[in-house]
Amino acid sequence: MNIKNTPIYESHLRADARMTEFAGWNLPIQYTGIIDEALHCRKSVSLFDTCHMGQFSFKGDIQKSGIENAFCFPISDIKIGRCRYGFILNGIGGIIDDLIVYRIAQDELMIVVNAATTENDFLTIGQDIGGGCEYKNISDITAKIDIQGPLSRDLMAERFGEQIRSIPYFGFIRMSIMGKDAIVSRTGYTGELGYEIYIDASVAAKLWDSLCGDSRVKPAGLGARDILRLEMGYCLYGSDIDDMTSPIEADLGVFVVTDKEYRGIRGILQQKEQGVPRIRAGFITHSRRSPRHGYKIFYDDVMSGEITSGTFSPTLNSGIGMGYIDTALAKPGTKVVLSDGRVSVDAEIAEFPLYKNGTVRNK
Amino acid sequence: MQYPDQLRYSSSHEWVSADGKNAKIGISDFAQHSLGDIVFIQLPEIGASVKVGDSVCEIESVKAASSIYTPVSGKITAVNEALNDTPELVNQKPYDAYIFVVEMSDPSEINTLLDSKKYAELCEKESGAH
Repeated sequence: MNIKNTPIYESHLRADARMTEFAGWNLPIQYTGIIDEALHCRKSVSLFDTCHMGQFSFKGDIQKSGIENAFCFPISDIKIGRCRYGFILNGIGGIIDDLIVYRIAQDELMIVVNAATTENDFLTIGQDIGGGCEYKNISDITAKIDIQGPLSRDLMAERFGEQIRSIPYFGFIRMSIMGKDAIVSRTGYTGELGYEIYIDASVAAKLWDSLCGDSRVKPAGLGARDILRLEMGYCLYGSDIDDMTSPIEADLGVFVVTDKEYRGIRGILQQKEQGVPRIRAGFITHSRRSPRHGYKIFYDDVMSGEITSGTFSPTLNSGIGMGYIDTALAKPGTKVVLSDGRVSVDAEIAEFPLYKNGTVRNK
Repeated sequence: MQYPDQLRYSSSHEWVSADGKNAKIGISDFAQHSLGDIVFIQLPEIGASVKVGDSVCEIESVKAASSIYTPVSGKITAVNEALNDTPELVNQKPYDAYIFVVEMSDPSEINTLLDSKKYAELCEKESGAH
């Protein structure tokens, strides 16, 4: 398979970024250093190239088209200018993808999905859409840049106008940036006050370079992004959630409704009623050793689960991670040992978010 | 990337600085660069007897946990205690930040290790493989 470059690729090379393959894309893993970049985002503004992510546009009658049935959360009641996080599921309630649906207009949506799942998502959602609608995969022409950090609102308002300040959490505005139609939403994957800009791919590099010219801004790579999202307890599709995991097991049941029809609802109803044998939980080591993907979780020497993601948190000065553990043990404070047979690390179950001072919901 | 001429290297990316029977051991510039930000080093036990290729300690970066292997046999006589609090020294100065010292039982083992030129070729090959 050919590895794709984002429209911002050349800028990453100029910044001496270390590149890595992620979901079929050539992306920066780090520029100056993963820890530096993660800490910078918690105190100033960081830029992330997220052009690899997928976007679909839908135009048509939302209720009559059947598109509502593609999602395990309600779409028709999303207000114009707001967006909502949730899932598309398979027949047994496993997660095909986690995504965000934007209500652009009464009869218009934008759907933002993960890179590796883009093609399959497009087909899956398409199955629920009836005739007379316009439904397009616009990933190739749409660039996405994330601007995240406590100083991002001031920077964005100075750069793009005071209307930026009025965008609520999980809200967005449409505006013109560099002569192109853009969507600016107050969303992100870091736990900080932040924005995501969707814009025509042809101006993405120019926009990136111009934002990087601000002294408050530093680019951040996938390494920092992974630390920041783990500190918040946000799942990474393919690692922490997948088609064998349901939103109930992932402890994300709050994003699932049971009063409408969608694929996988029977599995969800059954799990809600009977409970699940394993559930996602957060882990903190209180040391500089980190949980790692694939480490088994031991409670009283009995194997009781598995870690799905882990890293070192420079903000908490501790190893952190998430994984699935026997539901009965999933209580904050439970002491466990994490091991791959070679390395053993003491850890304790901790409540998400592991990092509590994020500015993501600041008024 | 720096590979000082006066050092010898293992194919698992440790460096050795030999002085008589004593060998100071650390990890190479290539190794620290590949690991990224180092956050923890579990230093080996002083007095332990070790054989070439034994995993003697653990190193964790933000990205991964890895083993460090001893490139020579003998007894561990010292460890770099400064790395307990400042493991990032290995990122900053990989050839000053030794990790442990081995009193060699067979100093001729040094001759089986790579010189800087051969080691540079190995690193070149490994980074090209990515």
